[in-house]
Amino acid sequence: MEKILEKRIDTMQLDPMIPLRAKVKKIFWETEDVFTFELVYDEENRRDFSFKPGQFNMLYSFGVGESAISISSDSDKHGSVLHTIHKVGYVTSALSKLKKGDIVGLRGPFGSSWPLDITKGRDVCIIAGGLGLPPLRPAIYHIFKHRKQYGKVTILYGARSPRDIMFPVELEAWKKKHDVQVEVTVDRADSTWRGHIGVVTTLLSYTELDPEKTTAMICGPEIMMKYTVDELMKNNISDKNIYVSLERNMKCALGFCGHCQYGPSFVCKDGPVFSFSNVTDIFEIREL
Amino acid sequence: MANEMKKIDKNGLGSIISALLEKGYKVIGPVLNGGAIIYDEITGVNDLPEGWGDKQEAATYRVVKRSDKALFGYVVGPHSWKKFLYPQKTKLWEAEKNNKGFDIKPSNGTAVKYAFLGVRSCELNAIQIQDRVFNNGMFADTFYNKIRKEIFTIAVNCTQAGGTCFCVSMDTGPKAKGGYDLALTEVINESGHYFILDEGSEKGREISSKVLSSEASQDEISAADKAVKNAEDNMGRKMNTDGIKEMLYNNHDHPAWALIAARCLSCANCTMVCPTCFCANVDDTTDLTGSHTERWRRWDSCFALDYSKVAGGNFRTSIKARYRQWMTHKLASWIDQFGSSGCVGCGRCISWCPVGIDITKEVELIRETAKA
Amino acid sequence: MEDLSGILKNHPFLKDLDENYLQQITSCASNVVFKENDIIFKEGDEAKSFYLIRSGKVALELNGREKGNVRILTIGSGQILGWSWIVSPYKWHFEAHALEDVNAIALDGKCLREKCEEDPKMGYEMIKRFTQILEQRLRSTRMQLLDVYGKS
Repeated sequence: MEKILEKRIDTMQLDPMIPLRAKVKKIFWETEDVFTFELVYDEENRRDFSFKPGQFNMLYSFGVGESAISISSDSDKHGSVLHTIHKVGYVTSALSKLKKGDIVGLRGPFGSSWPLDITKGRDVCIIAGGLGLPPLRPAIYHIFKHRKQYGKVTILYGARSPRDIMFPVELEAWKKKHDVQVEVTVDRADSTWRGHIGVVTTLLSYTELDPEKTTAMICGPEIMMKYTVDELMKNNISDKNIYVSLERNMKCALGFCGHCQYGPSFVCKDGPVFSFSNVTDIFEIREL
Repeated sequence: MANEMKKIDKNGLGSIISALLEKGYKVIGPVLNGGAIIYDEITGVNDLPEGWGDKQEAATYRVVKRSDKALFGYVVGPHSWKKFLYPQKTKLWEAEKNNKGFDIKPSNGTAVKYAFLGVRSCELNAIQIQDRVFNNGMFADTFYNKIRKEIFTIAVNCTQAGGTCFCVSMDTGPKAKGGYDLALTEVINESGHYFILDEGSEKGREISSKVLSSEASQDEISAADKAVKNAEDNMGRKMNTDGIKEMLYNNHDHPAWALIAARCLSCANCTMVCPTCFCANVDDTTDLTGSHTERWRRWDSCFALDYSKVAGGNFRTSIKARYRQWMTHKLASWIDQFGSSGCVGCGRCISWCPVGIDITKEVELIRETAKA
Repeated sequence: MEDLSGILKNHPFLKDLDENYLQQITSCASNVVFKENDIIFKEGDEAKSFYLIRSGKVALELNGREKGNVRILTIGSGQILGWSWIVSPYKWHFEAHALEDVNAIALDGKCLREKCEEDPKMGYEMIKRFTQILEQRLRSTRMQLLDVYGKS
């Protein structure tokens, strides 16, 4: 444990409070209010983008502030990094106005990651809701790249409406793979939508999960994760094999500012990915 | 074999202050200011609040004139040493817009060497608690640790307890058990007014060697011990900490929280005066030209509504949830996070709460009908 | 070809049902096929039967009058379509569209109601199974109401 921590501090090198300059290489809109940045480190302090699927960076917009944003790119690709961002607050609105070549500040990566190593040899069920898909995408890339190391792979995704679906082209491509089941549902749609309608948990009835062999990785709004966990447990999947990625207010990402406390944990450094067995006792507590 | 103790008088204390000033320390000690005893810069013993004490109860703090000339005859005021080690506002860095986008220049933080005079045992414990917060095994806070590394601490053992004190319950006082450079016990009795001086470190010995002192007699040491015992026996409050972590973890939905919330103004006073509360926010401020920006860290409080805000909403909108977070963190989850309680029993949150919410009483209220 | 009782037995809705009840239910069942875009039932029509979907996908649509047609749920293989047959006055509240070719078993409501009246134990068993579906649908609807993915 000590060794891991030392290494952690070492790879951060610089003061973890100080953002490094990163250049916007590309910006593209996924939906009306969600965009993706491709960032590269600015030459002077060029550095490898090493991260683990599930981790996040703090992105800084000059003069406006910082926001914790999960990494949505392939963790094997080290030259640049992708962040998929919901334009919803001051910082993300400011970030959304940047153009190719503009500079942002970046600190990270921070936090825990999806349990891809200990899941080897097991079935994986990935369940995402809304903006919960981007933080899971690096895990999906990893599993596809090392497909033989995993058993049955299922991706269940729920979005608000057809036009709010993240990465629709990729989802279609994943659907065509013969060794993965992909189901997408939306909460509301008009009659042009031919896919599933209903909450994401309804998709569980279209797949058979082996409770002994399946590890579930869930990311989405907390209430969506709660319902999903309930359904998985009904299917006899143990809380030890369920992982959730939690969101809390984050200011420092270092465990100093206190904002992201969740019971005994700091979501920034003990999370964002938690084994559900570590939060079972507190997950039902209101306003914790 | 007991440590050999020295005895000094008021002039000796003055010499300690002089020796520290000579070594380049900025000496901080208790001063009477604005109707309260606060911690501020001092240059000699005459700055100390001679003959002043304080009276504390829930929602009450008053300085009172003492009948003697005690220099440390008060308990604790609204300030704690936190404001020096972890200032209310710190500039983390500044950035300048330029043709590369922008350049970030880290702030150097405070380069000052502080000597703290009059650190109570509860406060020494609070400093040690914050040490674990700002060096959490994964990250170390550069600003805190830079100041912390340099400090010189002179503890003053309590010889009286305040109306809201409960350090005995928290096992944090009234006698300082270590972590100081020098420790004083003030004694005023028929044989005079003197201080028993204990050297707690090499740094402490170096300073005390420059001061005129005599060897304390056994009687004098006993008198000091008796004075400390007086504080121990007269705690204004007590808190039963038996199994407190489990008790609070198991009682998130106890009806008492709503009763407390009905009184709580969520003013955040308790968190500001608490010597261990560490929550902070960051502000980015930009000048009018828009080309210069600074990031400041300032104290924040879990009682603030925005504290738990996220893009999709807010996790703690009710005052009930916010008070519960504060108290459960302080007394329970702190133990899981940092290996000790976050409460040192200084009583400030009780005295400075405008509506007199009393953490010791609220714990009892829950305990009376707690779910196991 | 698999016989009706075999199909019923393997449908998740009737899983582990008493053999005797299964026989009773089979006597009320018939195989049905809907083509893509067929309207299976319409709002206000008599709810004569309900369906165990074997394959294909059905969309439930609510006519919101000036709010337009709103698709509220899709139902696919292994799921149940319709519960109005069990609740007086036995009228459909939605319109059901086949989004794909659908294979299903239709269960005659009147036939089943009569059998349940005769054998309340079987009636209770059916109610238990339908209440599960109702509870799930209600929960899902509430989740949809929360608009969990929307901006707050």
